[in-house]
Amino acid sequence: MAQEKSYSPGTHADLPPPVTQVGFLGWIRKNLLSSPTNIALSALSVYFLYLIIPPMLNWAFFDAIFTGAGHRNECREIGSGACWVVVTLRFDQFMYGFYPEALRWRVNLAFVLMFVALAPVLYDRTPGRKYLLWFSLFYPVLAFFLLWGGLGFEPVESAKFGGFLLTVLIGMTGIVISLPLGIALSLGRHSSMPIIRSLSVCYIEFFRGVPLITLLFVASTLLNFFMPPGTNFDLLLRVIIMVILFSAAYIAEVIRGGLAAIPKGQFEAADALGLTYPKAMRLIILPQALKISIPGIVNTFIGLYKDTTLVVIVGLLDPLGISRASLADSKWQGLSTELYIFIAVGFFISCFAMSRYSLYLERKLDTGHREK
Amino acid sequence: MLKDLWREKKSRQVIIQIVVIIILLSLLGFFVRNTLFNLGLLGRDVDYGFLFTPSNYDINQHLVDYTSRSTHLTATIVGIINTGIVAICGIFLATVIGFVAGVARLSSNFLVSRIVYCFVEFSRNVPILLWILLWHGVFIHSLPHPKQAVSIGEQIFLSNRGFYLPRPILEAEFWWVFIALAVAIVGAVIFIRFAKEKQELTGQRYPVYWINTSLVILLPLIAFWIVGSPASLEYAAFKGFNFTGGIVLTPELVALTLALSVYTGAFIAEIVRSGILAVSHGQTEAAYALGLKPNWTMRLVILPQALRVIVPPMISQYLNLTKNSSLAIAVGYMDIVATIGGISLNQTGRALECMSIVLTIYLCLSLLISAFMNWYNKKISLVER
Repeated sequence: MAQEKSYSPGTHADLPPPVTQVGFLGWIRKNLLSSPTNIALSALSVYFLYLIIPPMLNWAFFDAIFTGAGHRNECREIGSGACWVVVTLRFDQFMYGFYPEALRWRVNLAFVLMFVALAPVLYDRTPGRKYLLWFSLFYPVLAFFLLWGGLGFEPVESAKFGGFLLTVLIGMTGIVISLPLGIALSLGRHSSMPIIRSLSVCYIEFFRGVPLITLLFVASTLLNFFMPPGTNFDLLLRVIIMVILFSAAYIAEVIRGGLAAIPKGQFEAADALGLTYPKAMRLIILPQALKISIPGIVNTFIGLYKDTTLVVIVGLLDPLGISRASLADSKWQGLSTELYIFIAVGFFISCFAMSRYSLYLERKLDTGHREK
Repeated sequence: MLKDLWREKKSRQVIIQIVVIIILLSLLGFFVRNTLFNLGLLGRDVDYGFLFTPSNYDINQHLVDYTSRSTHLTATIVGIINTGIVAICGIFLATVIGFVAGVARLSSNFLVSRIVYCFVEFSRNVPILLWILLWHGVFIHSLPHPKQAVSIGEQIFLSNRGFYLPRPILEAEFWWVFIALAVAIVGAVIFIRFAKEKQELTGQRYPVYWINTSLVILLPLIAFWIVGSPASLEYAAFKGFNFTGGIVLTPELVALTLALSVYTGAFIAEIVRSGILAVSHGQTEAAYALGLKPNWTMRLVILPQALRVIVPPMISQYLNLTKNSSLAIAVGYMDIVATIGGISLNQTGRALECMSIVLTIYLCLSLLISAFMNWYNKKISLVER
């Protein structure tokens, strides 16, 4: 029997914990192999990943053709994977639509400046935020002249807009204008004036009750009926108006939830301080209500951004419209999967970024009033 | 004088509302006048009579009798039924997908929860229209022609023209099976009540779940056997250029249902997850302290409280799914929008009438559902003492 050494308290050297409890091995044990069911689930998951991922990578990258094929069959002869040629050939169209090639720098400039304008709004530690905010305010006007021309720029008609340019344009305009409209509507619904309240309710329920696609049909077939004869305004503008009206109703509903969550005492305190209605709303109520409703608002924005794809059904050339045109080309028939996956990745990146941003904002604004 | 009126809250509100009404009425008048004038220019009026004239177009999927000589009204009804089919199948599938994914997302197994996380994020962050087109494209381009259809056990055939399933043919005696099923369900409900009463009186528990499941399954089966198996399956068979017989699921229907249910399922998964997380951990601990088993804890303590949080947003997802089914038009599935709002509109040129019908149908549907929601919210809202 080995000699046992005895230690007086406090003199034993600290031993490291067993290797199976900490570090990588410990993590695996705890998260993947903690019980028989868990082991089975892990094994199944690994098998599932093995089934899915290698063929997908092969299809999308290793066996794929990126350039150098003239038509679909040529592609199929070279490799068994995806035929990305159909995307690379029309990449410019997917980005800009039929915007004149010589003027595309204006779109690029507007796109870059968009981030400059967004930065101070989205991130409050942007250097020089105070001055940049003025730029943000001025940006929509600038963007309008950059995209459509005027003020010495060569004009471009909106029928030439297309691709992701159109998506971002409709999405951004919709987001920027529908937010204030939605706030106004939610205040209307929360108001004590019966007529204002019922009008807001009617508006919100109507627009939330019908699919966007029917509204776009209304925009493309009916809106001209309501206007004085001879007015013929742009399809793009009509579509943007409908998108704004539509998402304002959803935003109003989200903010209504925020307003409902604010204790009555806040309203009464604002009244007791003698604040007028606009001041009470601006200084006391809305900051709190908006804070609570941020996740909902961002989700609505993501929904709006995704819904911009519907404009293809009324004939605008968003990325889906461009892909339809490519599929109609007899050289590239049947490559729908490649085209749609390319567009899906484009949307995924922007929507995922937005939802991450909303998480960041939630964490930042969570001042700990809410019960955990 | 006027300043005093403006200062007084009540009179100010009256003034504001009057001004708003005047503005709105004049806008409305402006639009109505323009519309009437424009219609006059085109020499037309608002007339729903076209609904009773022949529609002159075919719809490949119709559950009620329909030919191209049927009226536009029948076409609309076929459209409504087709929307209903997609909505009901989609809602059922989305709920299943959502609950499975939502619970799996909370799994303690790292791989499972990560895989589900990727699935949810990919499904949610890509437009639904794109999903529909993607699935449709896959079915159309990668499945073979009917001639070389992929067969599963010589009973189900997959081709790019549709999925062919065997059709059950029910004879008259089959009614007995339905009656047996109804009896079994009524019996099960009575048994649940009886068992509950007995448990409250004596503390004795019956295996309610097993007894009821076997009752509902076995009784119709026995009835089916007694009346002499009055049902058979009609298989699809390849004849000439296409399949005949059986049930045909068009690629459009399958793509639409699949895309809608996966997309909505991802949203429901997030709702389920946050609903379960919303039940405070103290509840679980309290249930364990009382000695409840884990699955009882889930069933009797966590789920009832989580459902209170889950159900309202889930119903609004159902509504979203139904409204999103209007994207059917992108793949040529004949729903409400594609029939009355699409082909009928183009044929008759009556945009105003057709669009008003479509809008009304959707509006009625969503008002019904939101009325139900209000009722449900009131019923389940926490009664605080």
